[in-house]
Amino acid sequence: MRKFDTKVQHLKYKVLREVARQAWNNTLLENALDIPKIIVPGKTPTMRCCVYKERAILAERVKIAMGGDHNNPNVIEVIDIACDECPVGGYNVTESCRGCLAHRCEDVCRRGAITFDSQQKAHIDKSKCVDCGMCAKVCPYSAIMNQKRPCERSCKVKAISMDESKAATIDNNKCISCGACVYQCPFGAITDKSYILNVIDIIKKSRRDDGYKVYAVVAPSISSQFTYAKLGQVVSGIKKLGFHTVVEAALGADLVAFSEARELSEKGFLTSSCCPAFVYFVKKQFPDLAEYISHNLSPMAAIAKYIKESDPECKIVFIGPCTAKKMEVTEERVHNYVDTVITFEELQALFDSRDIDITMLDEDVLDNASYYGRIFARSGGLSDAVAEALKEQGLDDFDLKAVPCDGIEACKIALLKASKRILDGNFIEGMACQGGCIGGAGCLTHGEKNKADVDRYGKEAMEKNIADAISQIK
Amino acid sequence: MKVTVCIGSSCHLKGSRQVVEQLQSLIAENQVGDRVELGGTFCMGHCQDGVCVTVDDALHSVSPEIVSDFFKTQVLEKL
Repeated sequence: MRKFDTKVQHLKYKVLREVARQAWNNTLLENALDIPKIIVPGKTPTMRCCVYKERAILAERVKIAMGGDHNNPNVIEVIDIACDECPVGGYNVTESCRGCLAHRCEDVCRRGAITFDSQQKAHIDKSKCVDCGMCAKVCPYSAIMNQKRPCERSCKVKAISMDESKAATIDNNKCISCGACVYQCPFGAITDKSYILNVIDIIKKSRRDDGYKVYAVVAPSISSQFTYAKLGQVVSGIKKLGFHTVVEAALGADLVAFSEARELSEKGFLTSSCCPAFVYFVKKQFPDLAEYISHNLSPMAAIAKYIKESDPECKIVFIGPCTAKKMEVTEERVHNYVDTVITFEELQALFDSRDIDITMLDEDVLDNASYYGRIFARSGGLSDAVAEALKEQGLDDFDLKAVPCDGIEACKIALLKASKRILDGNFIEGMACQGGCIGGAGCLTHGEKNKADVDRYGKEAMEKNIADAISQIK
Repeated sequence: MKVTVCIGSSCHLKGSRQVVEQLQSLIAENQVGDRVELGGTFCMGHCQDGVCVTVDDALHSVSPEIVSDFFKTQVLEKL
């Protein structure tokens, strides 16, 4: 069964696995420069024009696997030499041009960029065109298209543009670190920094619980991942890596649902706070609405807080589908609780760096949270959980009108309406990724069945309601 | 005295919630809340023997059925 959606993910994985292997063996410093040649041996290029370019790009990937550029606060980085400088294209005349007589395109173009060939078909002189888009608007055949780069198209917050050398560049003032571009760039030229070395270091220094314990907090979307094995085997694999135990972030979600319901009933209007990319979006694009962001910690931070309070010496690693969580963990009110963050992609690389074949392991158990905490992983789950939490706390006279926003564009629409006070709702569930966390950029695979996987996993929880799940940790 | 109940996955499936709830009410009933600190932790590394409960540092295996006996002999009598 497939482990990744794309070959780009697989390439990234190979680098992470090799960096991790060397780190476990304490040979990374002496061998880091050789890793590109280990991954691309021989002289025949398979990805780029020559093996030397392939290796040069791999050297950049190695750097990012080792934590990336410390001067760049963003966890999402462009590997400029890997950017293929896709035809920016901009506006282009397609085959649909019928060579009409009207020539509205020509009339409307103030730059004189439209010319016609002998068949009367239109052409755009790129040296004159300024991409205003007027010609496309007036063409009766919609024959003029705006070809955007995949990265630009994936970035719904418009943080990506081209620099002078035509390579992609990210505006950190707009970027919400959701990772959409990381997943969409066909050349793997945009990627998320990795903190696997922190994890290896934390595990090594823990000396298998003799020093301190290392807890893995896993996101509920794990239920849609590692589909080639059983979830219990994934848990066994995590412990085999050297983690003391595995705890569901979904239990933190149960805690969040309870307090978010109370906060909502007191304030009357709220947005969720569990998706960090959504929170950055509100703060950067709708600063006036920032006061309505729930004051709750995210589920990850909420459960980590509980664990750290019961075991102050411990270290906590969050494992999830999310690149923005890597940003969240740098925030002051979170970094005391969560030591570092990796994605499911990176967990796969860590397994294989230790030659752990999880399909061969016994199944361990994972059961801390309720159904409602677990379904936070998919769009709409948080709203369902808040409705349940209102009911369980006897707050059902509060008239919940949840607006579950699936993806950042839906979030934008709801926030725009809220800013104009015309939103038909009093609770915005903001999820930056399509489908919710199961659509996260750090997922190994993305598929139609993921939502059903999450729902099934939710139903398997021993605790059926939120109050029971959190009763023992209050 | 510090009583810690394992609430890790394995013990949870064996009834740690019921153990915690019973201990909470027994502590309240016997009015020893000021002398017994009840807490939880994720996994004590003895999953086979769950539900794991430590009294100070001594490990016990406590199923929901025997909580009241356990409370009497290992908590109340040792206070």
